[in-house]
Amino acid sequence: MADKFDGLPGYSGEAALSDTDAPHARFDIDNVGPLGRVQRFLHAFPTMVPLIVLALSVVGFGLFAGSKFFSPYNMSLIVQQVSIIGVLAVAQSLIILTAGIDLSVAATMVLSSVIAGHLAVRLGINAPVSLLISFACGTAIGFLNGFLVTRIRLPPFIATLGTWNVFYALNLYVSGAQSIRGAEIDAAAPMLKFFGENFSLFGTQISYGSLLLVLVFGILWYALTKTAWGRHVYAVGDDREAAELAGIRTDRVLISVYAVAGLICAIAGWSAIGRVGAVSPTSFFEGNLQSITAVVIGGISLFGGRGSILGPLIGALIVGVFQSGLRIAGVDVLWQLFAIGWLIIIAVSVDQWIRRISA
Amino acid sequence: MTSAAIPTLMARGLVKRYGRVVAIDSADFDLMPGEILGVIGDNGAGKSSLIRALSGALRPDAGEIRLDGELVSFASPIEARQAGIETVYQTLALSPALSISDNMFLGREIRSSGLLGKLFHQLDRKAMADIARKKLSELGLLTIQNIQQPVETLSGGQRQGVAVARAAAFGSKVIILDEPTAALGVKESRKVLDLVLKVRARGVPIVLISHNMPHVFEVADRIHIHRLGKRATVIKPRDVSMADAVAIMTGALAPMTA
Amino acid sequence: MKTAFVGAISCALLSTVALTVPAYATDAITACLVTKTDVNPFFVKMKEGATAKAKELGIRLMTFAGKQDGDADTQIAAIESCIGSGAKGILLTPNDSSALVPVITKAREAGLLTIMLDTPLDPANAADATFATDNFKAGELIGKWAAGKLGPEAKNARIALLNLNPQQITVDYMRNQGFLKGFGIDIKNPTRIGDEDDPRIVGNAVTNANEEGGRSGMESLLQIDPDINLVYTINEPTAAGAYEAIKAAGRQGKVTVVSVDGGCPGVANIKEGVIGATSMQFPLLMASMGVEAIKTFAETGKKPEVTPGLDFFNTGVELITDQPVDGLPSITSEEGLKKCWG
Repeated sequence: MADKFDGLPGYSGEAALSDTDAPHARFDIDNVGPLGRVQRFLHAFPTMVPLIVLALSVVGFGLFAGSKFFSPYNMSLIVQQVSIIGVLAVAQSLIILTAGIDLSVAATMVLSSVIAGHLAVRLGINAPVSLLISFACGTAIGFLNGFLVTRIRLPPFIATLGTWNVFYALNLYVSGAQSIRGAEIDAAAPMLKFFGENFSLFGTQISYGSLLLVLVFGILWYALTKTAWGRHVYAVGDDREAAELAGIRTDRVLISVYAVAGLICAIAGWSAIGRVGAVSPTSFFEGNLQSITAVVIGGISLFGGRGSILGPLIGALIVGVFQSGLRIAGVDVLWQLFAIGWLIIIAVSVDQWIRRISA
Repeated sequence: MTSAAIPTLMARGLVKRYGRVVAIDSADFDLMPGEILGVIGDNGAGKSSLIRALSGALRPDAGEIRLDGELVSFASPIEARQAGIETVYQTLALSPALSISDNMFLGREIRSSGLLGKLFHQLDRKAMADIARKKLSELGLLTIQNIQQPVETLSGGQRQGVAVARAAAFGSKVIILDEPTAALGVKESRKVLDLVLKVRARGVPIVLISHNMPHVFEVADRIHIHRLGKRATVIKPRDVSMADAVAIMTGALAPMTA
Repeated sequence: MKTAFVGAISCALLSTVALTVPAYATDAITACLVTKTDVNPFFVKMKEGATAKAKELGIRLMTFAGKQDGDADTQIAAIESCIGSGAKGILLTPNDSSALVPVITKAREAGLLTIMLDTPLDPANAADATFATDNFKAGELIGKWAAGKLGPEAKNARIALLNLNPQQITVDYMRNQGFLKGFGIDIKNPTRIGDEDDPRIVGNAVTNANEEGGRSGMESLLQIDPDINLVYTINEPTAAGAYEAIKAAGRQGKVTVVSVDGGCPGVANIKEGVIGATSMQFPLLMASMGVEAIKTFAETGKKPEVTPGLDFFNTGVELITDQPVDGLPSITSEEGLKKCWG
């Protein structure tokens, strides 16, 4: 009975189409060349590309810019220099993993730090309370982004383009574009500058902000790889409809992702006060683009659902190494932009190439 | 099949209107325990609306649905799934970049039993992989080498296998398969049909929606023919020829029993 | 979902106090102010000065700003709507000295008085008048002060230069070159940063004129030469950031930082020894003088004149320091705090 109908034409047109998908069935490991093997390897370990680039660039600049670059102190300095953008990149990665993009990360961060500074220094509210309020604000901004994306169904680019402008304007309004000086913070609420403190270890200089960077990456790495929430973030970014049908409440996942990203931005705002030694409403104007740069160089796909959270950490370090190396070598700033630009193009090209494996 | 048996899944008088368009026109439906019920119908006959109503993706305007004789009402596919009705969609609803094991447990992950699980929501990867491997081997699907392999590296048939295995692993009462062979070649379709028979052998009744008449006639115990938004008739494949079934579907032949 | 709204709205409330819309007589003289950005406190202050003066004189003031430094498009659109609104005059800080010339010409043809604030057009006489700080002079003052402060050690100075951005706009090179000239360095091309070959210069870095850029730029230059002892900065937030880097490197007290602007936080930083000296400029004066000139023009048709010897009206610079140097007039930070604009 099993073969009774073999060879009979099917009833509808769809049955006639049924053979067109054969390449799926034939795709086998046997027929790949060396390049294909590399492609498969990178597909399985997407963080390898940025890791290799990081190693090569450290060695390269070590040879090019000499021992001034390749010192423990400078290495730790690079980590300090990327510590803020690195934390923003974590927030950005979360959003990009869901196939979105967040243009408001830097504005959220700066507004949060301005709110904390304003409350603690100008209004004399107790520092931990001020910080908690700033965290709540960052989270609320994230919520709003998530709400616009899921309930109002705005594309993330548009939603966050809007909130970027709105909250940047509010930031300028609250601060009058005027910094709150380090001395005033020291007098009223030194806790705000906590992440600027540092200690020495084997010739390096480690700031608490650098430790925060590592901690934030660690926590998000755990959440994304070891919890159901993390699996859901990937699933939603990979194929939202499929995730919905598989029983995931995708709207909830998305809103939670945006809210967590907002909270991370607010924490970055605290760290930024320590890093620049002041509450600066004009710093990090390009933080959103820099965070996106770190994320794409780190091998997280802009199309969602793909890439390790550790990639952006490496991506941020690559940018830091390039900037530090080129500056120490005395290269003009426009060539720094030039180099970073090519890094982005190459990173996304490699991502596209790796993805073609599943096309 | 005696008349005394209670249908596992039953619907009476389902109605769904979209403005003036009637998608379901007081349709009835019966799935008996342990059977494979084929559902066929012309394009636009409303069979997908019917299936969506049964799987919770659509709320009927009127009518009732009973699961094991109990009246049920699903607000979402998640509720239907919790009640024991698993649906394998034509799109499979798999997440390509996630592993086979992650996909099988998507939305119902197992947490570690220890402190890490309670406090930090840590997943029990090993338990999930073990269960996934067991479920796949029960269905003879362990030609798939590595349970941690991303689904996108699998062939179309293998993916279908994973989706069916997921449904079989969790569908305690009913499994609905929507066009499982539509995107597959001859050999892969063959394997999927064998898989359907294996699942049935484990006692779970299956609703098989397909355009492919030979496939339906090969594996179904009974065939529900849907026409103009309602059940035209139910036939047994050995009693009716494929040509007659097509004629009933298109209205060229009146069904023998109403 | 309510959480999202309540949260976001309370944030907005927390940040917003009240926005008031002033009412004017319908036949009042209208003037426009178009600043470079809304980000720089200098322009924020300029807007405040103009707004206060306009209110005092009963003039209706419309304000616009570019989106970022260099954004000429937004400014052109603003001037066009300004001409359309029947304004009597325009105050503009041009984001692009050349690109804004045609639209300013159009405004003059339409009978408006056009006054450039802070930054001249190219050529300067394309506008009716320019009220500006002499930025080269501002740089020169702090350069001379630094030379006097270091004394004989000036010939062994290790100098870091923290500039604005890669575009090298007018204000950027004027201050930088003025500083170097004042310090006694051969600046070669006076419109080009970085073409000097004096061995005392450790390097240039761009900072976007904020704390973050100041810190990162200073850190890198300290990597090149840890013995830097003189730092020029484009403005005071940059100086504050540079100071953080100096502190982290354990070099505080050994490095002299100079700057330009005269914002109140900057002057306070002089008082605390973070910055050694700064050149104060007067944005409030520029703006209020501009508004007055438009009123005079509307009533009498008289146009403002330039400072003898310059092609613009110099609104002045004043050196602020608590360590005065012989032969260089300066005021203390105490006095400066009364005149500062932030």
